[in-house]
Amino acid sequence: MASSLALDGDGDAWRLVIGGDWSARALASVHSQLDTLPGSLSGTVTCDWSAAESPGIGPAWALLARLAAVGADRLTVRHVAAPRHIAFLGELRAARGLLPVPPADDAATEERPLEDIGRWAVAQGGEVRTFAGFVGHIVAVVGRGARKPRALRIASLSRHVYETGVTAIPIVSLIAFLISVIIAYLGAQQLRMFGADIFVVDLIAISVLREMGVLLTAIIVAGRSGSAFAAEIGVMQLNEEIDALRAMGMDPIELLVVPRVLALLVALPLLTVIADAMGLAGGGLLAHFQLHIPWAQFAGRLHAAIAPTTFWAGLIKAPVFAVLIALVGCYRGMRVRESARELGRLTTLAVVQSIFLVIFADALFAILYVRLNF
Amino acid sequence: MDAGAEPVIRVHGLVNRFGRQIVHDGLDMQVAAGEIFGIVGGSGTGKTVLLRTILGLQRPEAGAVELFGRAVGELSRVEHTDLVQRFGVTFQNGALISSLTVAGNVQLPLREYRRVSNEALDEQSDLCVAMVGLPAEAAGKYPAQLSGGMTKRAALARALALEPALLFLDEPTSGLDPISAAAFDELLLYLHSQLGLTVVMITHDLDTLLRTCDRIGVILDGRMVSGTPAQIAAQPHPWIQAYFHGPRARAAAGGRDG
Repeated sequence: MASSLALDGDGDAWRLVIGGDWSARALASVHSQLDTLPGSLSGTVTCDWSAAESPGIGPAWALLARLAAVGADRLTVRHVAAPRHIAFLGELRAARGLLPVPPADDAATEERPLEDIGRWAVAQGGEVRTFAGFVGHIVAVVGRGARKPRALRIASLSRHVYETGVTAIPIVSLIAFLISVIIAYLGAQQLRMFGADIFVVDLIAISVLREMGVLLTAIIVAGRSGSAFAAEIGVMQLNEEIDALRAMGMDPIELLVVPRVLALLVALPLLTVIADAMGLAGGGLLAHFQLHIPWAQFAGRLHAAIAPTTFWAGLIKAPVFAVLIALVGCYRGMRVRESARELGRLTTLAVVQSIFLVIFADALFAILYVRLNF
Repeated sequence: MDAGAEPVIRVHGLVNRFGRQIVHDGLDMQVAAGEIFGIVGGSGTGKTVLLRTILGLQRPEAGAVELFGRAVGELSRVEHTDLVQRFGVTFQNGALISSLTVAGNVQLPLREYRRVSNEALDEQSDLCVAMVGLPAEAAGKYPAQLSGGMTKRAALARALALEPALLFLDEPTSGLDPISAAAFDELLLYLHSQLGLTVVMITHDLDTLLRTCDRIGVILDGRMVSGTPAQIAAQPHPWIQAYFHGPRARAAAGGRDG
């Protein structure tokens, strides 16, 4: 049975008959009934609850609030056969100074573009300063570690080398192999037009060793480990584990951040070497089976194509990328505050920013190498 | 307990085990309408597991759980949706959704089950916030900004949002200072008298237990011994004796006398 509400009477004596289902579940139907009340009432209204079935608290509250709104100060409300919680609700309303609800302060959000830009700039400035402090703290811990190796937490460091490096070998190898196969295949189609098939070897060697090997590895590691760093440290932050460490006089940067940074510094160059090897292998296999270049010829051409610097030009970038990824991941994790949504947002941000920074740094390296003729 | 009335909760022959460890071994429990029932037991005796089983969050190995006369494990989706609206739960650490304000948390079940306007939702969350004695401005705060006591009250407000007939409280006063805990006890008793709730609570707090509970169930060796506080305190089992007559219990009782 649906809820019903019937108002009769005139002048200043009203009678409100409340009937049907007034339980909490009928809240929506109760609200539609309340909307049928006139916008303004004065005098006395007697609410007759005798026909209401299992009246709930929420609907009764809604009725009291509506009567207070339409009656302002000019309406006296009486209840007949009222459920026992009516008195309780009346007390609550009295305790709250009869409401109305304090208006939300979103009235204050006027559009002030200049002010917004200023606030944004100040916030970014603050962020830069905190980040600089964070990096400085890491450098200080590493410096301490140079004198007192115990501060470097060898056990934790090796665990992170395993997690970020060893467990990443399969995926890094696979992707380096496939990308190199794709480059060789597409490159061969183009070079064949000039009858220059053999230069596919140069293409593979230079693109894999200088760029693809290290860049792809860094991007995979940013996705795998950068997000893991941010999420692990972020959850510890939410559980107050970081505060607990601080309270026990331990430095969370030394315990959590430095081992991760150093571990990635070890793991990423090693992964790059593996990626380089797999890339060359992929290119070689494709050259052999698809382009019918014999192994010996491939090896000879490879030897001629690679300058002494080619390999190092790629590998030198790896530690830089490693530091960028680890710093951003750990920093974002340390910045997690208060909520699970924040954790997700900052983890995403860590990955996006570290991939951006890696590619940006790669561009800087490219310019630098050209200038130095490296 | 009223023999004629249908119990709100009936647990019969409950068995739960994790691997080799038997947690519940034929546990029986009954809670009548309008009671405040306290569950106690040492750490690791499966109080929270019992609660999770009653709520249907966990399947028992054996045994039957009935809420409002209906077997929890064998409900259709529609029946289950109906059932979950008839009880409210507060979890040990509040389990407030951290990305929503207190008002947002209270409105969460209302948005799911009641189709009303946003103004009506605000009105209802104000009611719940007022009922648990939180100040009106607490409604706009996020869980991380609340003190321990306020978190417990906010969790209670969310549990009350759908006007359940049955309320489950897991350690409602743990982590509160004695004054806040006592205030929570009074709040609970007040709401119980005003709203006619049936309450099941897990607690270690002897003060809360003796102040609020009509009956107590003690989990011992995987089974439950239940009765009024006086009956339970008179049981000879060493754990019960240690619990009700140990140094802390004497302090609690002494505090009440003085």
